[in-house]
Amino acid sequence: MTAPILEAQGLAAGYGASQVLRSIDFTVHSGETIGLMGRNGMGKTTLIRTLLGLLPAQSGRVLLDGEDVTVLPAFRRAQRGVATVPENRGVFASLSVLENLRLAARDGAWTEARVLELFPRLRQRSRHRGNQLSGGEQQMLAIGRALMTNPRLLILDEATEGLAPLMRDEIWHTIRVVRDSGIAVIVVDKTVSAVLSLADRVTVLVKGGVVYSGSPQVLRDDVELMHRCLGV
Amino acid sequence: MTAILQAIGLSRRFGGLLAVADVSLALAVGELHAVIGPNGAGKSTLVNLLAGELLPTAGSIRIDGDDVTGRGNWRVARCGVGRSFQRTNLMPQMTVLENARLAVQARVSARGLLRTLRRDDASVSIARIALSRVGLAESADRIAGTLSHGQLRQLEIGVALAGQPKVLLLDEPLAGMGPEESETFATLLRELSRDYAVLLVEHDMDVVFAVAHRMTVMLDGRVLECGTPEAIRASAAVRDAYLGHSV
Repeated sequence: MTAPILEAQGLAAGYGASQVLRSIDFTVHSGETIGLMGRNGMGKTTLIRTLLGLLPAQSGRVLLDGEDVTVLPAFRRAQRGVATVPENRGVFASLSVLENLRLAARDGAWTEARVLELFPRLRQRSRHRGNQLSGGEQQMLAIGRALMTNPRLLILDEATEGLAPLMRDEIWHTIRVVRDSGIAVIVVDKTVSAVLSLADRVTVLVKGGVVYSGSPQVLRDDVELMHRCLGV
Repeated sequence: MTAILQAIGLSRRFGGLLAVADVSLALAVGELHAVIGPNGAGKSTLVNLLAGELLPTAGSIRIDGDDVTGRGNWRVARCGVGRSFQRTNLMPQMTVLENARLAVQARVSARGLLRTLRRDDASVSIARIALSRVGLAESADRIAGTLSHGQLRQLEIGVALAGQPKVLLLDEPLAGMGPEESETFATLLRELSRDYAVLLVEHDMDVVFAVAHRMTVMLDGRVLECGTPEAIRASAAVRDAYLGHSV
């Protein structure tokens, strides 16, 4: 098997004196969809921030395509094909939809035309500023902007949070389209059933450590583990 | 039931955008009225109008029969309207009790505030009652910033209760909660709706359908449907505009 796109080895991280992640081992292979799960405060966002290079590792390593990038800044990791849709969406409020998309553009299969085909609503709103969009439209823009970088790995942190049911369905559909286009995906989301039905593998965090990593089907069937680790 | 809060033909325009268009609703103590609708439908603008944070372009708001239109948020709060926000709005460096106590003190006039400060225990005891109502009695001395996400949302409501309102406006209080926290919160909402008039804006349909007595569905600033949860669930227009077919 080729080296994973992304790998964490014995990764520890936190904020100041507080250690949030304890010796995390985590891998994502090309084209794979990983569900990163756990209750609030268990370290999911901290792990993502550390993988992206937004938070320094206290110990352990982060590898991209087998190469150690633990000390590389976030923008260098982004240049190697890692894109994110952050929890707060991070849309540039004063830029138009098209400007938000264009500033992220890199050569590849995902062009402005293809993104606007995926999100016809963004085409309708193309000249509106980021702060004139609804929550759902901002989420589409954040995903569209990440796709414009033509990533090999897309990390989505709570992409359906605060969205109406119909819009949530649309975002889940989009994530499937992205996955089917061959991009590896890490998805963090509170909708346990949706994550379990989408992911090839799931990793469950409890108090900053991995307590389960494997098939979503096995997790779904383990009532005790589902209750203990996810509160379902 | 007699309505304590009435919105009559409420509209709000932002430049060329009519964010809320001719919305009327009535809310009584003992009732939980959920407002749902797609993102951008005007729900938060409606809450901001009812809380006096925005002035309506047209229409009026009555509390207990008094016209409070255009009075401003702190005056509306003193008329008995408490609210929580989509994004938590607390003092993270202060204790849980201090956060609630500030809300008690905010309710009284400057002269009353001096009196309240002198009679320290009165405001503390109101704050403690509010905290116990939301299940945070044991956490009163903790620094608010150390609470979990779910507890912070509980504290937001505790702070609103400390203002001794009759009406509670709750804007997406369940955002970001896991399944267990949502369940606890649904129980809390049910309890609160016995003693207050509660207006709930929320996207968690499991919780909304479990706790609401009446529902208003908004679309493009207007009321698309208003009725019981059963009627709303059965409405084809609501399914097409908002619920989809997975709810």
